Amino acid sequence: MTLRSEPVFAFARPRGRVSIGSWLDRQSVFSWLMMAPPLLFLAALVGYPFCYGILLSLQYRPVAHPGTFVGLKNFATNFHDPIFWRVALNTFVYTAVATLLKMVGGLALALAMNQQFPLKNLVRALLLLPFIVPTVLSTVAWMWILDPAFSVLNWVLVLVGVPKPGPSWLGNPILAMVSIIAINTWRGLPFYGITLLAGLQTVPPELYEAATIDGASGWQRFRYVTLPLLQPIILIVTLFSVIFTFADFQLVYVLTHGGPQNATQLFATYAFDIAMGAGQLGLGASIALTMLPALALLIVALTIYLRRG
Amino acid sequence: MVTGRGPIERVVRLWLPVGFFLVLALFPFYWMAITSFKPNSELYNRHVMPLVLHHPTLKHYIDLLTQTSFLTWTWNTMLVAVVSTAISLVLGVMLAYPLARMRFAGAGLIAMTVAAIYLVPQPLLFIPLADLINRLGLGNTLTAVILTYPTMLVPFSAWLLLGYFKTVPMELEEAARIDGASRLQTMRRIFLPLCTPGFISAGIFAFTLSQNEFLYALIFLTKTSVRTVPVGVIAELIRGDVFYWGQLMAGALLGSIPVAIIYSFFVEHYVAGLTAGSVKG
Repeated sequence: MTLRSEPVFAFARPRGRVSIGSWLDRQSVFSWLMMAPPLLFLAALVGYPFCYGILLSLQYRPVAHPGTFVGLKNFATNFHDPIFWRVALNTFVYTAVATLLKMVGGLALALAMNQQFPLKNLVRALLLLPFIVPTVLSTVAWMWILDPAFSVLNWVLVLVGVPKPGPSWLGNPILAMVSIIAINTWRGLPFYGITLLAGLQTVPPELYEAATIDGASGWQRFRYVTLPLLQPIILIVTLFSVIFTFADFQLVYVLTHGGPQNATQLFATYAFDIAMGAGQLGLGASIALTMLPALALLIVALTIYLRRG
Repeated sequence: MVTGRGPIERVVRLWLPVGFFLVLALFPFYWMAITSFKPNSELYNRHVMPLVLHHPTLKHYIDLLTQTSFLTWTWNTMLVAVVSTAISLVLGVMLAYPLARMRFAGAGLIAMTVAAIYLVPQPLLFIPLADLINRLGLGNTLTAVILTYPTMLVPFSAWLLLGYFKTVPMELEEAARIDGASRLQTMRRIFLPLCTPGFISAGIFAFTLSQNEFLYALIFLTKTSVRTVPVGVIAELIRGDVFYWGQLMAGALLGSIPVAIIYSFFVEHYVAGLTAGSVKG
C-alpha cells in the first residue's frame, strides 16, 4: 500500500471555476455527446430508410419515376396474388424445418464435442468453417454438388443403387426446397453446435455426479439436468436463427433464384424480384414489409430476453 | 462424468458422431478444392471416378486471374471490409462505452434500440436504401457499401463490446478519475487499452460479416471494376446458362481463403464473440 502525494496523471482538472471541461464531464453530457455520431448515423441509414420503406409501400412507384400515393393497394394486390401466398408458405416451411434441424443437429454436435479428446480445438475450428466462409461461395460449391449432369451426390447415389441419372435436385419443386433447407442447415448448424457447447461447458460436473448417485440414467441426466440448464441458450440461439432464416436471401438467390416455378421463392427473394427485377419499388417494399409483424415480434422478444439475461 | 469406458463405446459415442459432423462440414470445401484443380476433360467426363484428382492442373486459376477481374474484386472486398470494420469499431465504442459505464436517463432505451437494430435483417431495408443510394449518386461506388455495411456492423459491434466492457473492472478508471483525468481521457488512455480482446472479437466478426455480405453489394455494385468477390463470382463467372465450374470453384476457394486465414489466427476470440453475442448481452 502506498500513499500518493501527487497525481500520477499530468492532465489535472482546472480548479476554481465551472469550466466547459466540467460541464463536459457530467455523465449525461459526456454520454450523449459520445453517442451522438453513431446514433445520427443509424438514424440516417436505418431509421430513415425504414420509415421511407413504409411510405414506398403505400405508393405506386416504378423505378426512375416519381411515386403516387395509392394507400393499401399494394397490399391488396399481394393478397390476391397466388404467388405471394406460395411465398408465404415457402418461407414458413423453410424457417420451421431448417430451424428444427439446426436445433437438433446442433445439440447432437454439442453433446458429441463435450468430451475430452485430442485435437479438440482444431476439430472445433474446422467444424465452424461452414459458418465462417462467405455463404455465396459455399453455396456455389453446393450448386456444383447438386449439378443436374455432374452431381457428385448422384454419382454416389447411383453407386448404391438409385436408378440413373439420380434425382434432379434443383429442378424438382420439392427437392429444390429440400436442397435449400439442407444447405441452410449445413451452414447454420455449427453456430448452434458451438454456442450450445459453450453452454454445456458451464454445467457444473457435480450436478451430473449427484444425478448419477441418485440413479439417473444417461437419458435422464440429459433430460433433467442438461436440457433445463441449456434452455435459456437454446431459446436465444433459436430466436436469432429464426430471424435470419426467415429473412434469408443469398442462399436461395444463388442456388435456385426462387425456382423452379417459385417453389423456393421466399419473401426476401420475391421482394427483390419485384423491386429490382420488375422495377416496382412500391410493390416490392410492400412484400418486404409483410415480414415486419413476425420479425417485430421476434425482435422484441429477443431484445427483452437479452436484457433480462 | 462417467469414466472408464471401453474403446468400442468411445468410438460409438465420440469418433462416429464427430467424424460424421466433420465430413459433413468439410466435404463441400474438399469438393471445391479438387474441382478447381481438375482439367475440363476430367471435370466433364462421367466415366472418371470423381472423388479424387487424376491430372491436377492450375489452368482454372490462371484463367481466373488473367481473364477475369478477380484480383480487382479481391482488392475491393478487402478495402470495403477493412474500412467498414474500422468505422464500425469506432462508432461501436462510442455507443458501448457510455452504455456500459455511465448512468443517464434513457440508457436502457438506447441499449434496447441498439439490440433491436442489430436484429433487423437487410431484406427489410434494401429497397428504400437502394433508392436513397441512387439519389445520393453513390451507385457503383465502393462508398455505397462502405456506408451501408456499418448499419449492420455498428449495432453488432456495440452490442458485443457492451458485453465485454461490463466484464472489465472499474477500479483503474476510478483511480484515474480521482487523479483528475477527464472522462474522455479516462476512456481513451485507461479503459480502451484494456479492451483489446474485445476489439479483436468484434473486429473479426465485423470483418467476416462484411466479406459475407451479398445483398447490398449485388444491388449497389453493377460494374466489374467496383464489384466484391461474392457478387463478381455470381454475376460474371456464371455467364447466362454456361457455368465455368473450374473457375467458379477456384474463385470460391480463393475468396474463402482470406476469411479462413484470419479466422484461424483468432479462433478463440471468434468463439468468445460468438458465445458472448448470443449467450450474454
